[in-house]
Amino acid sequence: MSHPRDPAARSRLGWTLAALVLLWPALVMTDFRPLLLLDPRNLEPMGHFLGAFWPPASSPDFLSLLATATLETLAMATAGIALAWLLAVPMALVLTRALSIGRLAGRRSAWWAAALRGVVRGVLLVLRGVPELVWALVFVRVFGLGPAAGVLALGVTYGGMLGKVYSEILESADQRPVRALLEAGSGRLPALAYGLVPSCAQELVSYTVYRWECAIRASVVMGFVGAGGLGQLMDQSMKMLNGSEAATILATFLLLVLGADQLSARLRSALS
Amino acid sequence: MSGVAVRLQGVSAVHANGFAALKGIDLSVRRGERVAVIGPSGAGKTTLLRVLGLSLAPASGHCEVLGQQPWQVGARALRRLRSGIGHLHQAPPIPPRQRVVHAVLAGRLGQWSPWRGLASLLLPVDTAGAARELARLELEDRLFERCDRLSGGQLQRVALARVLYQRPELLLADEPVSAMDPALAELTVSLLADEARARDIALVASLHAVDLALRHFDRVVGVRDGGLAFDLPVAEVGSVELDALYAATSGRQREAARQIATARATPSAWTAQPLACR
Repeated sequence: MSHPRDPAARSRLGWTLAALVLLWPALVMTDFRPLLLLDPRNLEPMGHFLGAFWPPASSPDFLSLLATATLETLAMATAGIALAWLLAVPMALVLTRALSIGRLAGRRSAWWAAALRGVVRGVLLVLRGVPELVWALVFVRVFGLGPAAGVLALGVTYGGMLGKVYSEILESADQRPVRALLEAGSGRLPALAYGLVPSCAQELVSYTVYRWECAIRASVVMGFVGAGGLGQLMDQSMKMLNGSEAATILATFLLLVLGADQLSARLRSALS
Repeated sequence: MSGVAVRLQGVSAVHANGFAALKGIDLSVRRGERVAVIGPSGAGKTTLLRVLGLSLAPASGHCEVLGQQPWQVGARALRRLRSGIGHLHQAPPIPPRQRVVHAVLAGRLGQWSPWRGLASLLLPVDTAGAARELARLELEDRLFERCDRLSGGQLQRVALARVLYQRPELLLADEPVSAMDPALAELTVSLLADEARARDIALVASLHAVDLALRHFDRVVGVRDGGLAFDLPVAEVGSVELDALYAATSGRQREAARQIATARATPSAWTAQPLACR
């Protein structure tokens, strides 16, 4: 008896081969030679560099400086995410087709609704397509060096990311509850709150907390525009080749990321 | 408001894929009237209910619902009209992680201001009202339970409680009992019929269970191939009509229809075995 053949096997094999073929020039272009890592001539300077990280700095002066910088970073990340959220939510709602009342009756969207969606999609693309460092440099021209430029840059870039991902999460949920509510005359916002958010709350919260975590890390970049916080401290330590201070700052980052992770897990279990 | 709840004249409906699901339907339903729509699968029952529920705009024909022409009025009036139409679905359209109280109160979102609806998520505005409807379905003790903790049958009762809480002027049900056990199917259809009678509102329900249609409704409309095969008071529906309606469909359905038609002479037979209850 012959084995039944999977009709999808050929195309799967084809796609796998195509992916490998595409990956190869990427590796060549990026000069990818992992063996260099193990070359003794490279190991020594690397060892020196990393060796300077030990022991981590623990002088009381530096620690109090670090504590202030950590608070600044947290404040910046939180304010940035709050701003991003304010930007993202209305745009995500416009993009979410499930909330369109005009499409309920099986008719096509009005031309202006389609145009509005196109514009919003374009705005989100620009917001997240320009790296936060560039946004920061733009805002520095307006607000001068300091946290304000950093917060605005974070808010703008992350607003673009949150808006896109929020609308995708909302679109991927079961659409029947929200449809049923709109069919019973509900407005868009209540339909969102009663029909979509209950199914998506976990994912929305988890993605937002993840972005908050990214914003904490991104404050390293913000340090370059004098936004203060851990980034600026890191910048100074690295410039002065002070490895032990850098080690303590890195440890702080790890703790913050761990904290964000815990927060996300707590919130998810509270919502599940 | 006039005595007519729904009037369709020459209504045709075409799906997005070009399929003509309804071809020139004439149908009118008075307030307080209970109309069952029966017919083989794919005949156009669901499309007909979607046209009545204003979730599908007809391709042609005249359509009047609750005294208004829904596709002629503005967006605001259309929303207000929709808030007066209650729709019971075959699968309860309730997010699993929602609590029962919110799932029921959501029935009036179309009548409340958006802020009232949102505020009710923080502090439910009418727990008494939700509890009252749940009590009719013996579910009042589940008021603050989450919907994913309920059994399938309990969730279907929550969906029914939501439609009752909405207090609609027109009650639509698209195969509401297809996924229910016989006892719950009986309870659901009789509650819908009672509600329509008590509040003098129109009830239009599509059913596969012909026996339920014959027992709880005033009028039976047979739909076949996108048109009306017959539109008769219950007393005049006989085996000839049912046979013709289900002719050339599966032998099983035809057999069920025939058995029910003959069983009408002996009422106890259909209560004992709900034949077409799938």
